Amino acid sequence: MKVKTISRSTDEFTRERSNDLQRVFRNYDPNLRPQEKAVEYVRALNAAKLEKIFGRPFVGAMEHNEAISCMAKNPNHLKGIFAGSEDGDIRLWDITSRRTVRKFPGHRGAVRGLTANTDGSRLVSCGADCIIRRWTVPVEDSSDDSVKPEDFHISKNAYWGVDHQWKGDQFATVGAQVDIWNHTSNAPVRSFQWGTDTVISVRFNPGHPDLLATSASDRSITLYDIKTTIPIKKLIMQTKTNSIAWNPMEPMNFTAANEDGNCYSYDLRKLNEATMVHTDHAAAVMDIDYSPTGREFVTGSYDRTVRIFRYNGGHSREIYHTSRMQRVFCVKFSCDASYVISGSDDYNLRLWKAMASEQLGVLLPREKKRHEYDEALKNRYKHLPEVKRILRHRHLPLPIYKAAALRRTMTEAARKKEEKRKAHSAPGSISTKPLRKRRIVREVE
Amino acid sequence: MWFKFITKQYFTPLVGETVRDVVFLQDQSFFAAAQKKYTYIYGQEGIEAHCLKDQGAVLKLQFLKNHFLLASINKFGQLHYEDVSMGAMIGNIRTGLGRTDVMQVNPYNAVVGLGHSGGTVTMWKPTSSAPLVKMLCHHGPVSALAFHPNGHLMATAGKERKIKLWDLRKFEVLQTLPGHAKTLDFSQKGLLACGTGSFVQVLSDFSGTQNYSRYMNHSMVKGYKISNLLFRPYEDVLGIGHSMGWSSILIPGSGEPNFDSWVANPFETRKQRGEKEVHLLLDKLPPETIMLDPTKIGTVKTARKKEKSTTKEIEAEMEATIEAVKDGINMKKKTKGRSKPSKKLKKRQEIIAKAKRPFLEQQMQDGQLSIKKQKINEEVELPKSLQRFARKKAAT
Repeated sequence: MKVKTISRSTDEFTRERSNDLQRVFRNYDPNLRPQEKAVEYVRALNAAKLEKIFGRPFVGAMEHNEAISCMAKNPNHLKGIFAGSEDGDIRLWDITSRRTVRKFPGHRGAVRGLTANTDGSRLVSCGADCIIRRWTVPVEDSSDDSVKPEDFHISKNAYWGVDHQWKGDQFATVGAQVDIWNHTSNAPVRSFQWGTDTVISVRFNPGHPDLLATSASDRSITLYDIKTTIPIKKLIMQTKTNSIAWNPMEPMNFTAANEDGNCYSYDLRKLNEATMVHTDHAAAVMDIDYSPTGREFVTGSYDRTVRIFRYNGGHSREIYHTSRMQRVFCVKFSCDASYVISGSDDYNLRLWKAMASEQLGVLLPREKKRHEYDEALKNRYKHLPEVKRILRHRHLPLPIYKAAALRRTMTEAARKKEEKRKAHSAPGSISTKPLRKRRIVREVE
Repeated sequence: MWFKFITKQYFTPLVGETVRDVVFLQDQSFFAAAQKKYTYIYGQEGIEAHCLKDQGAVLKLQFLKNHFLLASINKFGQLHYEDVSMGAMIGNIRTGLGRTDVMQVNPYNAVVGLGHSGGTVTMWKPTSSAPLVKMLCHHGPVSALAFHPNGHLMATAGKERKIKLWDLRKFEVLQTLPGHAKTLDFSQKGLLACGTGSFVQVLSDFSGTQNYSRYMNHSMVKGYKISNLLFRPYEDVLGIGHSMGWSSILIPGSGEPNFDSWVANPFETRKQRGEKEVHLLLDKLPPETIMLDPTKIGTVKTARKKEKSTTKEIEAEMEATIEAVKDGINMKKKTKGRSKPSKKLKKRQEIIAKAKRPFLEQQMQDGQLSIKKQKINEEVELPKSLQRFARKKAAT
């Protein structure tokens, strides 16, 4: 009688030669894997701990001779970044080797703005010595050690910032008024002025090449279209905006880095209310830049920290600080979304990883899969207390921790007072404005 | 190929004293033996590695594989959990239900099931001193216990000649079968083997319907007394431990034919075994994850309704806050004659009154209600003849 039982022959289940791959057999029956959820939870906990162990974001520093005041990305070259300092020294740095490739001498005062044109072949710089200089960026491997400026233009007033169109060959400088220039012209093509205060920063819109936003020292943000002669809109807030950045993936949204430590995201079609208020900095936010994915932005603040926020997050995802890094004046997100560069008061440009525990370099497919699995686990269990505690934990230096705690107490006290006032007055007589609207004074056409 | 089964019969003459139970630890190189006085852990080639003295004279041992816990029950009915990776005691529970040598682990949720002489089956986890479940299964003592790998089915055998199949979700009897069973075991495919005397009976639910009926019988030579039955995982083999040694019989359809290399690989090399051990240790579950329903991890906890605390509790809370406030008062030393003792005392009393205020407000709110209730009660209590003297309601 034939009886059917399990009989396995070893040559089907083991390898023939030692340089063959080992055979792997799968059975996805859940009965073979008891307590799956508990195992997943333990793995998520381990993944969170590993993230903290490998969380070393600082890559390196590049030094100047004076405090760094502005930076510019080169849209066609990933490795290079231009940085200008307070003594007029402009340098092109190679990020991979962290060495100076070219110097652009010529400015005698602080360099206030730097920008590269659309194909990265030209650099425009403007400074506190009332001079705009146009440079040709040398092609790589050329033997010229220093570059002579192609052109320069002197004016009556100091310049505060410069930015180039994303598509086109016009750039805008700001100082006493907003000037639009061509690469060939000797005088501004067009000038805008609304009010008598200095305009301190300018940014062109990535989607619409003729739209730009500026911020002035009268606490306003103004939108201009360079094809028309009159400005479009003006938004006045309670405190001054130091810098503006447009979301490259959603060009109708921009985020303004404000003097009160918050960043306000606006939709340009509806300026009466901010779409999001990003709080976390303890002092004025000096600069802001979006990641090319449009999903994150980095801010540098007067309180010696660099923070990375999600585009729709009210609080920061990550904070970077060093005891050697003093007031941060400019930040840039690298064009491959994996590095953040900060320029600060202590003469250094610092290179940080955007994801602190990311493994750099070429990853094996197995490593990639494992990282993806860990990310998915952390995402699934991030609300459980143990995992949350580990993921949330950041070591902060004492002054920053105390400043944040003080800010919290102050806002909490103000909120409680408002609540009590409401509770003790006739219902409906006191209405609180939402935070998104509270900081806006008015909108002007 | 490894075989997770050795009997005390072979081991006893090597050791020289009575061995009551033997169990493999995380893989085939380590095993634990419950000997006459203490439990010993043996490593490769049978070299004694540890002697666990705090467990006492152990009757039965079980190993919880995912948690690296060695569970043991001793002569006095104490359940002891030991973490063998760290060598720490996790739990020592006095069951209070007397001596028992029926112990099994439910592979689905890692709870330990004990069968007692009163006919009750209790289920335990290492972090609590009270059993999770206590169910009355048989009229007589429970003689054997077995859990189905999917965790929803339990087979118990009682000395009153009944074998019962229980659904562990509803804790109800599914089926009652007649017969003795000194030992019970479920195979990976759900076949149930019952052994008494020298007779082995294998029952099967022929379409997964959980309706067990007779499948195969095997009777051994008359004199052999069967003490233990164990199915071999991933093979169609049933191992029988009896008084004259051990033997194995073929039961077609009992083992899982398709194994998963990442879970258990019968053809693993030395390197693979080492890697598996490291991964097992990395994924070692903490003992707090043992619960009746293992899918509850990561789900939302249902909010408990807040019960109103009694007056005693409120008073106790008030006392506690007042004490805390009194300890925390730091009186500032004022100069120029402004820190007189009378003023200090006034300030102190002010602070205490401020701490008391929320409780007094709460009491006032409740107090008003009780005054109203009193009024209603008063009206009801007065007899009819005296009601004209009661306070009349104001005429509207």
